[in-house]
Amino acid sequence: MSSTATIVSLPDQATARLPKVNYLNKEHGLLSWLLTGDHKRIAMLYLISITFFFFIGGAFAGLIRLELLTPQPDLVAADTYNKFFTMHGIIMVFLFLVPSVPATIGNFLMPIMIGAKDLAFPKINLLSWYLYVLGGIMLLAALVLGGVDTGWTFTTPLSTHYLNTHVITAALAIFVAGFSSIFTGLNFIVTIHRMRCPGMTWFRLPLFVWSNYAASLLMVLGTPVLAITLTLVLLERVFGIGVFDPTKGGDPLLFQHLFWFYSHPAVYIMILPGMGVISETISTFSRKRVFGYTAVAFSSVAIALFGFFVWAHHMFIMGISNYSALVFSLLTMLVAVPSAIKVFNWAFTLQKGSITFETPMLYSFGFLGLFTIGGVTGVFLGSLGMDIHLTETYFIVAHFHFVMVGGMLMAFLAGIHFWWPKMTGRMYPESISKLAAVTTFIGFILTFMPQFILGYLGMPRRYHAYPPEYQVLNVLSTAGATVLGVGYMLPLLYLGWSLKYGAIAGNNPWQATGLEWQIQSPPLTENFIEIPIMDHEAYDYEWLEQKQKNEVTTVG
Amino acid sequence: MDNSVATEHPHTHETAVHVEHAHVSLPQHRHHFETVEQQREAGSFGMWLFLLTEIMFFGGLFFAYLLYRNWYYDAFFTASNQLSIPLGTANTAILITSGFFMALAVWSAEVRKRKMLVWTLVFTVLFGIAFLCIKGQEWHIEWVHHHIPGAHYDISEFVNPAAHGIHEKPLAPDMAQRTQIFFFLYFGMTGMHALHMVIGVFILFWLLRRAYRGDFSAGYVAPIENFGLYWHFVDIVWLFLYPLLYLINRHPLR
Amino acid sequence: MVETTAHHHDQSEDPTNVTNPEHTSHHIVTPAQYGLVFGTLLILTAVTCLVAFIDLKWANPVIALFIACFKASIVVLFFMHAKYQSRLIKMTIGSGLFMFLSLIFMTLSDYMSRSWGLW
Repeated sequence: MSSTATIVSLPDQATARLPKVNYLNKEHGLLSWLLTGDHKRIAMLYLISITFFFFIGGAFAGLIRLELLTPQPDLVAADTYNKFFTMHGIIMVFLFLVPSVPATIGNFLMPIMIGAKDLAFPKINLLSWYLYVLGGIMLLAALVLGGVDTGWTFTTPLSTHYLNTHVITAALAIFVAGFSSIFTGLNFIVTIHRMRCPGMTWFRLPLFVWSNYAASLLMVLGTPVLAITLTLVLLERVFGIGVFDPTKGGDPLLFQHLFWFYSHPAVYIMILPGMGVISETISTFSRKRVFGYTAVAFSSVAIALFGFFVWAHHMFIMGISNYSALVFSLLTMLVAVPSAIKVFNWAFTLQKGSITFETPMLYSFGFLGLFTIGGVTGVFLGSLGMDIHLTETYFIVAHFHFVMVGGMLMAFLAGIHFWWPKMTGRMYPESISKLAAVTTFIGFILTFMPQFILGYLGMPRRYHAYPPEYQVLNVLSTAGATVLGVGYMLPLLYLGWSLKYGAIAGNNPWQATGLEWQIQSPPLTENFIEIPIMDHEAYDYEWLEQKQKNEVTTVG
Repeated sequence: MDNSVATEHPHTHETAVHVEHAHVSLPQHRHHFETVEQQREAGSFGMWLFLLTEIMFFGGLFFAYLLYRNWYYDAFFTASNQLSIPLGTANTAILITSGFFMALAVWSAEVRKRKMLVWTLVFTVLFGIAFLCIKGQEWHIEWVHHHIPGAHYDISEFVNPAAHGIHEKPLAPDMAQRTQIFFFLYFGMTGMHALHMVIGVFILFWLLRRAYRGDFSAGYVAPIENFGLYWHFVDIVWLFLYPLLYLINRHPLR
Repeated sequence: MVETTAHHHDQSEDPTNVTNPEHTSHHIVTPAQYGLVFGTLLILTAVTCLVAFIDLKWANPVIALFIACFKASIVVLFFMHAKYQSRLIKMTIGSGLFMFLSLIFMTLSDYMSRSWGLW
């Protein structure tokens, strides 16, 4: 053990080289990337695209916060402001958060983790990416043509009858991007069920795989309902069929039922893979198996299942019946339980572990704290009486940013940093990455904690003007957003730098368990020279120790 | 009749019994699957999952139907009775027949009869196209009667049915407006269904071409099998659409 | 340990028998069985049509849907071979039905419990 208390174990940099043959240099040329079937290359393609869209969405966030520096609506017109938060929401939800972990880290790692050579349907995987890109381009087209200002929730009858912005283009874009999500989920489910290597039973799978499996179930079963909802909105706009039009007998609330039937499970699609990442990092950086493996595995599936039955908690004030509101409020309380189980299990994993504070662990700690706060405020919102006052205020905005940004985005960054050495063969510079993690954490708290207070005090969401007494909190929030922006820029810079100048990582820089750490970094195109046989449990650090004792690490 | 393709030994369903298999090797075996069996199972499973997404997709439309039929029952059955029973029933029978031929096609592929596979696929396509033609005819009739929702929708038939020779009770103007919702659902659901059939017909032509070349009569049956699943699912959707759209309230005492 | 086992599957190493699943998909449904299902479907279609012309009040839609469900079941079980597929496929079908019914019934519960007087 070195004196700086880290578990990082890199090969001797003087003699280490990247493996001669790996998935990155196996074939050359743009077409070999654009027509690839290799899940790892597709993951990299996704990583580039979602990073691109993340920064566009982030730019919109910056513009929103800029407008909100002053109480007066002085930066942009009201409609333009509406376009800002709509584009921010659509891009961040559909083009960043939903595919973030599954399509990048999941695509790359999941087949390796189960001992397979690729996903079940490589061509569908590639199609998935093309659909994502097409959806993204269509959304950018909507943006360039003038934008859409319905809010990411496309609520009727505003979106169908009262706006003349590019709702159709945007809705079509999301329709297409939705299929990308469906195909990814379908691929994952088939792969996990049918392509595990010999000995890889369900309960030996890394928890990351369990989480992605649960999220995939949601993707496959929930996203089609979004597709039909958007189709109905399109038909209503184009043909005036009356399905959501009260004057023709339609019910606008029907839209909301169908929309949220997907969009609530969508938030679990977004968070579950992130939780999977956290299981991996917390275990690795405590050198301890995840406490209560079975509970964590089942809670992933429970979250997926219960997540389907709570959607009307987004509609408490919209006109649903009291009975409905009561039932959905109760179910919302229940859905918090499996998430809490996970948090408890992670906490007990940390207990008596040998904790070190590498960058992925810093992000993981950030996740634990911020996701818990976000989740608990979700329970506040789930209780009917509170929600009447807090809904459509900044409390909601703060709540979902805590779980999505403080939770999911931190988990995504944790995962990127954790598996970066595996995906690229390079280590990133540790000190600057720690700085970025801390900056992100501080920036996040500064940005979104004031928003809880703002919401509680009554500031409505989606407004670009507010009473002057809210200004101090808004200024704090904008200041935090600036810090947060810096925190997110830094990884882009140093991760890019590391591709050329980073230390050679070797197979297992974190001394982690898991099949992905037993192969070279970056991996071969076919992942394994021969299909492995799994003969030990997940997170088996004793097995790892045995293996390392008998390993030859030097020549001569 | 012999039911198995490869019968060197009886297949049991107990995984405890390990049997040595003569591994079937096909040129279509993809490298990332250990065995052709695994590939076939994975493909079939994948297609079933895709059908799940289709159920959920149509689910939204079925719910809208359920809701509005209950809210506007009078408008719904009056509008429904304007649809043609002979055409709708005939179409149902045609689609069922098409499904029957598709099932036979899967059987032909499994027992490696190339000619029969081609013929059954041909009949599947023909009946499928027949269905679409009749559906087009029905839509044309609705167009002529101003039943297409939107700007040209005409409720006069429902407000004053006697003047149009229709044996229905007249509806109040606002309830007559609701018939537009019925027709939106009619066109929406049958349109979505027809879209899936058109896609299916195109895929069938492609499969026909490959079947003719013998691609599917040498042991590689997965595409035929999986397309069969898709085609039967589209058939099932219609099996529900028929009573829901055509047979709401056909009692002769109108 | 990462070892080789390219083609020889020892049951102890692959207890869930993933790479060589039970050969359930090898059961071949005969044309005769298909013909029986086909005939049943046509007869039931005729029944549905005829019953629609008899006034049975609330029972009309119930019967129509019941027959439709039965028809769908035999198509799924026989034309789509679900009867002879693995448990995984059966569970997949079941979960699809479950989700579909959840969507319908839970949304319906809102509409039915509203006091709009429309239900």
